[in-house]
Amino acid sequence: MSESIDEGLKNELQKQGIWVTSTQELYNWGRRNSIWPLQFGLACCAIEMIATAASRYDLARFGGEVFRPSPRQADLMIVAGTVTKKMAPQIVRLYNQMPDPKYVISMGACAISGGPFKQGYNVLKGIDRYIPVDVYIPGCPPRPEALLHAFMELQRKIDGQKLTGENKAEHLNRAQPSEFPVPAFGAHDLEPPANPEVFRPPQIERV
Amino acid sequence: MTQNPYFFIVIFVGVAVVFPLMPLALAWLWRHFFQPPKPGAQKNATYECGVESMGEAHVQFQSQYYLYCIIFLIFDVEAVFLVPFAVAFTGLPVGAFIAILIFLLLLIEGLVWAWSKGCLSWAREKNVE
Repeated sequence: MSESIDEGLKNELQKQGIWVTSTQELYNWGRRNSIWPLQFGLACCAIEMIATAASRYDLARFGGEVFRPSPRQADLMIVAGTVTKKMAPQIVRLYNQMPDPKYVISMGACAISGGPFKQGYNVLKGIDRYIPVDVYIPGCPPRPEALLHAFMELQRKIDGQKLTGENKAEHLNRAQPSEFPVPAFGAHDLEPPANPEVFRPPQIERV
Repeated sequence: MTQNPYFFIVIFVGVAVVFPLMPLALAWLWRHFFQPPKPGAQKNATYECGVESMGEAHVQFQSQYYLYCIIFLIFDVEAVFLVPFAVAFTGLPVGAFIAILIFLLLLIEGLVWAWSKGCLSWAREKNVE
């Protein structure tokens, strides 16, 4: 849709005081500047998340200040901290209860892979085994600047999402599921240990 | 142009109807053309803290705490009477002394009665099911 407007013509019109846009740009502009995160912290990364939201780093500059205590009103889930196997079903359930479009930032080494507690018997080896993650932030814990960077990356991603056509955003696709199966707390491990629909482990290639 | 003085109210009513209906209609159109609704069992669940709700919502709580409240209130009021009694103790005539003793006796009797009824033991056996 945005391709139909010539960039040069658009600039020329803007100089004359006429602002031309498309539905897609307007839609993405509104969405990316009002990302409401879920108020939800798991471990020490949550402290950095709090610092990011507070006045010094001020996530509000990017439109993310309204931390929602209810998943019904949230657009973004920041998985901030170690995900224990006992907590994983609750996280997936919260994710399921968020309305579309929804995004996930996996914050810190623990949420990405289990981090320093990876060998622990009760630590999930990455939240991306159960829910699709949009942005990963390395660090233990990541500094607030890193979370801001991830937030801006997410805004960039939202900005690039198409409203129509073949490559339209996933949440606009009728076939794309909005809920993912919640793992059950089994005798030894979570069952299933990963959601094959979401989790594609990197293949090791030996050359 | 002669107008009915109530004509403005008609305009206001029209605006009041159109103004909220317009975003609703836009949202409906948006849903129809772009974003398909994706309801689900968990998405539509009533409880939203990540934990599954269990049991009935219509549960009854034991209201035995009110007995504690009443007993506390009575003895709190008693303390209010006892303080001036203690202050004026040396100058009291015998009649006033006996009167306050009767007052204390009545309250102690009430405490004994509540105690013997089992009001002071938390989670009484007969209420535990």
